[in-house]
Parts: sequence; structure tokens; C-alpha cells
Amino acid sequence: MNLPLRIAGLVVEAGGRRVLDGIDLEIATRGITAVIGPNGAGKSTLLRALDGLVAPSAGRIGHGRDGAGPPPRRAFVFQRTALLRASVARNVALALEAEAVPAAEARARVAHALARVGLADRAQDAARRLSGGEQQRVAFARAWARAPELLLLDEPTASLDPATTEEIERLVVALRDAGTKILLVSHNLGQVGRLAEDVVVLAAGRVAEHGPVGTVFRRPATQAARAYLQGELPWQSFDASS
Amino acid sequence: MAILRRLFLTATLAAAIAAPAAAQQSITVASTTSTEQSGLFGHLLPAFRAATGIEVKVVALGTGQALDVGRRGDADVVFVHDQAAEEKFVAEGFGMKRIPVMYNDFVIVGPGDDPAKAAGKDTLEALRKIAAAKAPFVSRGDKSGTHAAELRYWQRAGLDLAAIRSDWYREIGQGMGPALNASSAANAYVLTDRATWLAFRNRGQLRILVEGDVRLFNQYGVILVDPKRHPHVKTEAGQRFIDWLISPAGQQGIAAYRIGGEQLFFPNAPR
Amino acid sequence: MLATLSEAIALLSSLDPSVAGIAALSLRVSLAATAIGCAIGIPAGAFLAIARFPGRGAAIVALNALMGLPAVVVGLVIYLALSRSGPLGHLGLLFTPAAMVAAQAVLVTPLVAALSRQIVEDADAELGEQLRSLGLSAWRRVRALLLDVRFSLAVAVLAAFGRAIAEVGAVLVVGGNIAGHTRTMTTAISLETQKGDLALALALGIVLLGLVLVVNAAAAALRAHALRRHG
Repeated sequence: MNLPLRIAGLVVEAGGRRVLDGIDLEIATRGITAVIGPNGAGKSTLLRALDGLVAPSAGRIGHGRDGAGPPPRRAFVFQRTALLRASVARNVALALEAEAVPAAEARARVAHALARVGLADRAQDAARRLSGGEQQRVAFARAWARAPELLLLDEPTASLDPATTEEIERLVVALRDAGTKILLVSHNLGQVGRLAEDVVVLAAGRVAEHGPVGTVFRRPATQAARAYLQGELPWQSFDASS
Repeated sequence: MAILRRLFLTATLAAAIAAPAAAQQSITVASTTSTEQSGLFGHLLPAFRAATGIEVKVVALGTGQALDVGRRGDADVVFVHDQAAEEKFVAEGFGMKRIPVMYNDFVIVGPGDDPAKAAGKDTLEALRKIAAAKAPFVSRGDKSGTHAAELRYWQRAGLDLAAIRSDWYREIGQGMGPALNASSAANAYVLTDRATWLAFRNRGQLRILVEGDVRLFNQYGVILVDPKRHPHVKTEAGQRFIDWLISPAGQQGIAAYRIGGEQLFFPNAPR
Repeated sequence: MLATLSEAIALLSSLDPSVAGIAALSLRVSLAATAIGCAIGIPAGAFLAIARFPGRGAAIVALNALMGLPAVVVGLVIYLALSRSGPLGHLGLLFTPAAMVAAQAVLVTPLVAALSRQIVEDADAELGEQLRSLGLSAWRRVRALLLDVRFSLAVAVLAAFGRAIAEVGAVLVVGGNIAGHTRTMTTAISLETQKGDLALALALGIVLLGLVLVVNAAAAALRAHALRRHG
């Protein structure tokens, strides 16, 4: 296991501004950590930096106990999954290409992953013709096939209806129970409350607060966190101290 | 890798196309559009191949271009109709020797109603009348044997073409066929060789107006490209072609070619 | 015009058997040229689509401009190169079908590359980030993108084939229109037009159009088959 993740002073610039303005964070080895905050706070960028999709201009990301370990095996699920004009199975197999897996083993892992997400009977269908929820399940099949140590989810159910959302959440929990560490960006605070153990509040490119979900939701310690949460949970009363 | 496989396949495919068509011998002859388009070669060459087994590949261009192909060494033999240019070709060292083979004649073809009153047997007088009437006249303008002849006629008629030409004189820079097409479309006068005219199908209202003038005599010569200049030239096979052309068999073959019963080319190789 | 057209259609039933040989040569030359154009142009276009290097913008402009190369200019340049007096004269390729393939390949490759570049770039904008998140190398990403855009690429390939089989300027200059050896449909049509036999030229034109239709129909059938199998 190459966790915990230690992020120190991470800065990411884009279009002349600092999207991430010095992130300091330590992410534990187990469970689901949610990342919340207003639009533009840098949540997606943080995930992309952790996946190596954007290059930081400063700071570092350390892996393992001593911070010098190799990066963990990762998978990423986007809000809308980009699929090739090919079969579902072919799209899932894409996730294994980087590992140079022998063909027979790859087919087996793809079949297993599709069964796990309930798409076994759609394996040969055209991936682009699936519904939104089914396409997200293909993304999770890809993640499953890679058996990642770290799974990054960027608003995975934002485009889905409640019933499909529930199916996806079940998959997320199953992956966590299988030992994968999950980082979940979500605007859906009910989802965050259901799934996450701890939550990071991002605002203006910085970590405003990081703590157990219950604590942060009921008694947010910072103004930024309170301001964001108030927009979502107007019926909660807050401890007037602070 | 899929791409290397594809590259290999296409290279093989291209090589298959590039492979020599047959193991038999072949020569390349640069000739003029008049000999090709009149159908003479279609008639003559099968007989040569039957006699010698040599395949003749004819590249048909204007005389100027054909001689240029010979200069570059891209043909083994040139077979054109411009004596002055041919002799210059030999003198410059590109050709071995010029041998006359056959002649045909030029005619002036023009609109059926002959607005310039050019009809008759006098070429030079006809050109003077056409210029005076400013009747539409199409010129090949392509450094061909026919074009060279046309320019000589204007000169011998005492006309300074550069001074008198205007809209009525249309230089199209193309071969005999396109020139006839252009004349047919514009109902214009044009100098053409009889052979191409007889084989030409799109006559419109054009008809022969001037013929039989001794000055309209058009001599063809054949030259082997000099192997000293271009060592790869197929000298032996090329020489056999020339020898056959001036042999009784070749000369009779030329005389035998007719369109609508009319003989197009008249053999006159020295015996 | 109608008279010539009806004469042309009447001629179709009595065409000289040599037309079959001429049509076959046209197909062989243009198919080979298109194959070469794809083998070079598709990888080149795909690479240009995803690579980033200084001068990339200028390279794209130049490539797009090459689509407009006049066929007769290409023919002339290749003629000068392959002439016995030229740098590649020792190959003895002038006035052969191989020279015609080469000339048409030069014409067609920029077309394939320029179209591929745009097609792959558009797909990369849509899929590129997620393909990178799957840990795929640049080479594997290109393969995945090419798989995704294969139907658009097929149309680009058909466009290239169309340009090749329809052109007359390049094959005329480098092939010499030699009867029985380098005479293609287009050079034959050109010759018959010059000879004033317009009905025959038109008849040959109809045959050529028929050929092109057959090729396109075959491509469409292949595509339908692929769609049914792979989606």
C-alpha cells in the first residue's frame, strides 16, 4: 500500500491564475474521503493532480510512510465517461492495455468486472448506446478491472437519477470494502453523508477544513466551510461559538 | 505493429504493379500525336511485334516535347515530323542519324461557307486572305512539327505574324485534336495534318479548303537516341525497329493503313 | 449534348474489350496510391493531432495547403525526378504504372494526413484526458482514438481514392498514356476527347463513374458489416 498520501504546498496554475494555491493534506489509507466546496474551489483540479493529469507548478505529493514510495495504482471515474465507438467489453479492456496483460487473462478480468457491475449481458453492445447510468457502470467496470489502490471519483452521479445513483453508490461501497481508498468529489451532501468517513472542504484553492463528516457538517470550524454548508443545509443550526 | 504490417503490404502491392509487365523485350518510342491519334501505330506495331517479338511503347507528345524526351534519355527512338529540329537534335549529339520514313500532307480546314474565300491550292494565298479578313484561326502554339510548319507558312506568305495577330488568331498551346475541337467550336480555320483530320470525329461545319499544294508536304523522320549520351538506351532493339520501318515490310505496312479507303501516310524511306 | 449522351449510352454495350484492361489499371494504380497514402498519412495525421511541439501550428497550415497541390505540378516534379536525366533516373520507372502510383501517392497522402489530423484531434479533445487517466501511453492512445474515429477515417480514405482515380494531370505526365501499359480511364477519356470522339469519351466517363460507385458501395457494405459486428 502506498498510502497515506501526503500533499505539501501543492500549487497548480491554469490560465494565469492559481487554481490550487498551496494544498497541505494527509489522506488516510482506508475508507472514503469526500472533497467538497464551491465551484472553482479546485476540487476537480486536485483529483487531476493526484492522477497525474495536470502538472503542479510547486509542491509535492508523497506516497507511503516515508513519502518516497511509488505512486499507487489508480483509477478515475469522471462525471461523464468518454467511451469509444466500440463494444462495452472493448472499452473495459482499454483499462488493462497499459498493464500488458495476456489476452486470455484480460478477457477474464473484463468479464468479471462487467459481471460485478451488472453489465455481463451487455458486453457486446455498442457502448455509446447505453444509458447514462449504464455508461457510468462501464466506468466502474474499468475501475474494477484495474483493482486500484486509489480510486478518484469526480461527481460520478451528478448526471444520474436517484435510483441509478443508489446503484452507483453501492458499487462505490463495494470497492471500498474490497480495500480501495476512495476520494470522492461531490456536490451531493446527502451522498457525502452516506458514504464518506472524512471530508475535506476546499475554498479558493486551499484546504479550509478537514475532519470527520459528522463533525464538519454539524460544527464547521471555519467561515468558508460554514458558508458553503449553509447553502446546502439551511435547517441545521450551528454552534454560535466561532 | 499494425502500421508496419500495413506499410509492408502496400510496398509489396506497389512492387507488384511496378514489376516488369513481361519478360519480353520492349523499347520506348517518343512520337507525335498525329501518328498516335490517326491510329497508324495501332495498325503498324502489332506487325512489328509479330515479326520480332519486340514490344513498342509509344509516348505520344508534340514534336518539341518528343525531342525533349529523347534529349533526356527517356526514350530509345524518336519519330517526329520537323526536319530542322530533327537535324539539330542529331547535330547536338543526342541522336545517331536521321532517316526519312514517310510523309503525309497538311491541309487547311475551315468553316463550310469559307468567309475568307481561302479555298484553293495555294497555301500562302489562303493565309493572306485569312489574315486580311481577320477570320478566326486556331494555332497549336505547342512547338510541334505542325506548329513549326504553320509558322513557316506565315513567314513565306510575307506576313509578320507578331504584327498582324490579334483576337482572330487563337494560340491554344495544345495538340492537334484539341486544336480541331477548338476550331470546330469556333468555326475557325486551322492547319492540320490529313491523317489526324481523317480520324477526327467532331467536325461540326468544318471541311477541307486548301490541299494539294506541294508546300504542304510533311516529312517524318526517325532517329535512334545516341547511346554515347545515354548508355542505357536499347540500341539493338531500337535499331531493329528503325530497320523494320524502312524495310519493305514496314513501308508496305505504312502504305496499307487507310481510313475510309483513303491512304494517310506515304512511305518514302531511301532504298 | 443530348445526342452525344445518347450515343454514349448506346456505345456502352459495344465497348472494346481493352476498356476492361484500362479500367483495371485505373483501379490498381489508384488503390495502391490510396493504400500508400493511408499507410503514411493516417499515422502522420494522428501524430500531429496529439503531439505538441514548437511550429505545430505552421505544420498544420502547411499540411492543409498541400491538399491543394495541383496534380499536373506533382506530375511534372515526379517526371523530372524519374527522368533518365534526373536524380532517380537509374530506377527506370518513368512511363510505368509504378511512376503513376508514386505520383498519385504524393497527391493523396497530404489529403489523408490533413483530414486524419482534424478527425483525430477532435476525438482527442473529447476522449484524450480520460484515455490518459487510463494510464495509456501516447502510442496506445493514438490506437484507441483511431479505433473510435474509424468511420470518419473511412470517408477520408474514400475522398483520397476519389481524388486519385479522378485525376489526369499527374498520370498523363509520368505515365505517358502508352496504349496497353499506362493508359488509364482518365487519360483514355482525355485522348478520345482530343480525337474528337466525344461520345466514346463520355461513355468511358460513365464507366469510370460506375467504377467509383462500386468502390463506394463496397466500402458502405463493409461499414454496415462492421457496425453489426462491433457497434
